[in-house]
Amino acid sequence: MADAIVVDALRKDYGDVRALDGLSLTVAEGSVLGLLGPNGAGKTTAVRILATLLRPDAGTVEVCGIDALRSPQRVRPLIGLTGQYAAVDEKLTGFENLRMLGRLFRLGRTQARQRADELLEGFGLAEAAGRPVRTYSGGMRRRLDLAASLIARPRVVFLDEPTTGLDPRSRAAIWRITEDLVAEGTTVLLTTQYLEEADRLAEAVAVIDQGRVIARGTPDELKNRVGGERVEIGLTDPGDAERAQRAVRAVTAGAPCSYDGEGRLVVQVAGGASLMPELMREFDTAGVAVADLAVRRPTLDDVFLSLTGRPSPAPGQDTRKEQEEREAPPPDRVAAATGGRADGR
Amino acid sequence: MSTTVEHAGAHGYRWWISDAWEMALRNLKHIQRTPDLLMYALIQPVMFIVLFRYVLGGAIDVPGGDYSQFLLPGIFVQMVLFGSVAGTAVGVADDMGRGIMDRFRSMPVSRSAVLVGRTLSEIARNLVAVVVMIAAGLLVGFRFDGDPLPMTAAFALLLAFGYAFSWLAALIGMAVSGAEAAQAGGTVWLFPFTFISSTFVPVSSMPGWLQAYAEHSPVTVLVDTLRAWFGGHDAGSSAWQSLAWTVGVLAVCAPAAVARYRGKSA
Repeated sequence: MADAIVVDALRKDYGDVRALDGLSLTVAEGSVLGLLGPNGAGKTTAVRILATLLRPDAGTVEVCGIDALRSPQRVRPLIGLTGQYAAVDEKLTGFENLRMLGRLFRLGRTQARQRADELLEGFGLAEAAGRPVRTYSGGMRRRLDLAASLIARPRVVFLDEPTTGLDPRSRAAIWRITEDLVAEGTTVLLTTQYLEEADRLAEAVAVIDQGRVIARGTPDELKNRVGGERVEIGLTDPGDAERAQRAVRAVTAGAPCSYDGEGRLVVQVAGGASLMPELMREFDTAGVAVADLAVRRPTLDDVFLSLTGRPSPAPGQDTRKEQEEREAPPPDRVAAATGGRADGR
Repeated sequence: MSTTVEHAGAHGYRWWISDAWEMALRNLKHIQRTPDLLMYALIQPVMFIVLFRYVLGGAIDVPGGDYSQFLLPGIFVQMVLFGSVAGTAVGVADDMGRGIMDRFRSMPVSRSAVLVGRTLSEIARNLVAVVVMIAAGLLVGFRFDGDPLPMTAAFALLLAFGYAFSWLAALIGMAVSGAEAAQAGGTVWLFPFTFISSTFVPVSSMPGWLQAYAEHSPVTVLVDTLRAWFGGHDAGSSAWQSLAWTVGVLAVCAPAAVARYRGKSA
């Protein structure tokens, strides 16, 4: 299968900060690549370059076989972009937004109206079609935004953190739409901080950190690379932590064990389930009371931790900008919250 | 590699017009759906007319002795400038801070059409303001004594002048960091710009060093032209000078604004 996106050795500096540092990746036509990484890893910068919004300092970009740096205007009709926050006009109605964007995408007058109606219907927004977008909920807005990026039936869609700040139901809706897109043969590049999102939607995942790809594979391959299961132990009394860790070491012969300081132990060990009875006996002997015990397969969170030595960013550690977006601010606050200007990061 | 390549030829030209039209339509809907802003834009000229006519006017000596006749052409120019500059600067700055601009830029939309559509639609706001000012002017005793043709030309020149400055405002809107900054930075310079002219007082009443500038201010030449044409006089070289300023500001600011907009979009 041909590659719809070929990115080679992208470099982009913002002053002293190197946002992209030799980023290379390919996305096969009709597939989903999940671009995974913490804030500031360069995900959004990469998407902005691919969507012809930003020029890199070095490197090459090909979208659908077209040199996107030399001929951005030939790439634009083929792509759709959904950004981190909804890029729709607050004062226009849902219908007016889609009709206008359809016209700007070179659809005929009638065609633009039909396509707008069709998308509003398909995205569950038909009832709200005549209302100004500022009255929409965060989830509705995001759906409209996604609809807007699909007006011209693009061959490549960039979804930049499409579900950040959405409630689970809205997130599921966005996921279903994305799956439909892929079923129709659209190529999708998805950036996300939600590891379960990449797990659910992407056949291939590229983990990026500090502007370059540090691992690539299917979600399963990446999980296997980390190896083993995770045994999570919740202690009734955090005071038992030291004794509990001793007991774990005795049973697992020195498997990596981390303690969060608040009564939760995580042990990374192969064959975790088979060790459980022995572990329980050892706890019993040591007088450690266990509140809960669970064995799970490694998640992409664990992958990230083992690749970078840092945990993937939890919501609480996000930057101010993303925290504010998470709260789905009223439209008038968005400009202020983002410093009034999308800064390309 | 320039985006204009794609829009060359008759077909591209048609889409350019369509793009500009869609942008203008969008902005007109914005103006219409923000009635409080429109009200503010209308109250301000009425307020200035009343304040200057009744509060300050009595203390200002003008040639001919009738301050209403002197004041109104000046108010027309000042308010059209405020309207064009504030509206465009704030609108452009606001758009820049929102994802919608990124969307436009990632689409096959003509770069220049985005700004042309916006600036053209601002003329509509000014038209409404002009109508309100005419009504207010008539109420405070202003009389249109000129011939229809020069008076029509006067309004056309006034709107064209405002249009030219809306391109300067587009540049300001892209340079500042948000709508609030555009509101402040976009309009503050207009106070000295419009006051140091023949708008409210005869230039001859100013100190000599200020006169040197005020006499040649683009605001002065336009206000003088309007005064002459509304009063049934010959505007002399003022008319040509105001036309030259209009064309000059447009010729410098419009390409600069489009270039800057392109530059922002890679």
